[in-house]
Amino acid sequence: MQQVSIPISDEAIHSLKVGDPVLLSGTMVTGRDAAHKWMVETFIKATRTPIDDDQQVYQEIKPLLDGGVIYHCGPVVSGLDSQEYKFVAAGPTTSTREEPYQGDVMRHFNIKGVIGKGGMGAKTLAACQEVPGVYFHAVGGAASLIAQSVLEVTTVYKLDFGVPEAMWVIRVEDFPAVVTMDAHGSSLHAEIESESRSALEGLLAES
Amino acid sequence: MQDLTEPILELIRLTATNLPPDVEEGLRDALQQEEPGFAARGALETILKNVDMARENSTPICQDTGTPIFYVNYPEGWSTRRMREQIKSAVAQATDKSYLRPNAVDSISGVNSGDNIGDEHFPTIHFEEIEGDELQIDLMLKGGGCENVGAQYSLPNSELGAGRDLAGVRNVALDAVQKAQGKGCAPGILGIAIGGDRGSSFVASKEVLLRQLDDSNPNPEMNDLEQQLTEESNQLGIGPMGFGGKTTVLGTKITSKHRLPASYFVSVSYMCWAYRRRQMVVKNDQVSYQ
Ligand code: SF4
Repeated sequence: MQQVSIPISDEAIHSLKVGDPVLLSGTMVTGRDAAHKWMVETFIKATRTPIDDDQQVYQEIKPLLDGGVIYHCGPVVSGLDSQEYKFVAAGPTTSTREEPYQGDVMRHFNIKGVIGKGGMGAKTLAACQEVPGVYFHAVGGAASLIAQSVLEVTTVYKLDFGVPEAMWVIRVEDFPAVVTMDAHGSSLHAEIESESRSALEGLLAES
Repeated sequence: MQDLTEPILELIRLTATNLPPDVEEGLRDALQQEEPGFAARGALETILKNVDMARENSTPICQDTGTPIFYVNYPEGWSTRRMREQIKSAVAQATDKSYLRPNAVDSISGVNSGDNIGDEHFPTIHFEEIEGDELQIDLMLKGGGCENVGAQYSLPNSELGAGRDLAGVRNVALDAVQKAQGKGCAPGILGIAIGGDRGSSFVASKEVLLRQLDDSNPNPEMNDLEQQLTEESNQLGIGPMGFGGKTTVLGTKITSKHRLPASYFVSVSYMCWAYRRRQMVVKNDQVSYQ
């Protein structure tokens, strides 16, 4: 099992290959549909004018994401009233919903790692080669176990998106995942998709 | 009428944090199928560790605690209006206690209600008056990842060579499993309804998932198809989480509904490995859980 510390160096990224199990440690930021849409519309494509705390949040997340990791996760969080936040359950959510945004977001912020489940498509794979970066697959549903690797909730941005959609900044230790898309252009998901399609065609031809 | 708010709160806690024994058994069997050292086996090991941890700490097995779907079978004399109020109040309390994640989002404004109370379908409650003196409430928590890979087919489907018979059902169901890949958090469980209209068909495909994982279908033809679909799905090589491997599906449950002569729907509800369903029974004011 390979240890990967965040921020991740280019050298470490290049050494990672599809199928490698890893344990991640360091600071990461959660983000899913609302966060990706917000980042792209407000700052990357700039089709929407920043309002309220937009600029300030942008300035604060930039250094966190530079060389860093974004985690597709909508956690269950306790301590919402007292603001003593604690992650109770924090497994990955389906990543494909971010496919239209992810590549641009990776390039803009220099994000080296994307964690989620279900894998992503060709646009993100291309960004993984360019930036360079990798896609880490966490075990879907392993929410209590992953929450144990979260040492601390450092802060939260955009809580007005709702608890699942907010951008939570968390410090993790030994967060378990598997590399399923690497910086060398390989994707386990594309491979399994095509092999299973041939297997299906075989089974359908039998009938 | 007895106030069921507290007992229902416990039903929710149990369902969200404690995976039923038949499902855990299925996952342990799956683990034996996968080769040591492969990502598929690692994923199942992580899943089983997580199941233990969630049970011990009384924390949600998965952070997506899904749509809470209640099936209430009640004897004569119970008020469905009051039971609905009590269910809603228990759901809001369970959210406050972090057994459930706030999941009810207004589709137009995008606003999350914060307490899992939405319109009349959120939480979803099915009421049915039954004979006898026992009140049964089944709760199923169905997450979004697996709900999104569910599918409905209108047969015949020439692309998949699927006619209006069980052989056709088999073809479209396998297509649904292939399209789902690992995205519904495989290994999954298939709930399949044949017939009905589009709406009743999907409802039935979920309800059939209340069956025990290791039971058999009383209809021998459907029973055979259940076995066949599980075996053939596992030949697709998708595996746990879509990492590749031998266990893509843990089981298949099929039901049939009357249909119009003109229609032949097949609905596939995909349930993830976090197959959370529990039952509570009230008899002579005594509450028990299964
Ligand atoms: S599909 Fe199931 S296990 Fe996976 S994230 Fe959704 S609810 Fe959790």
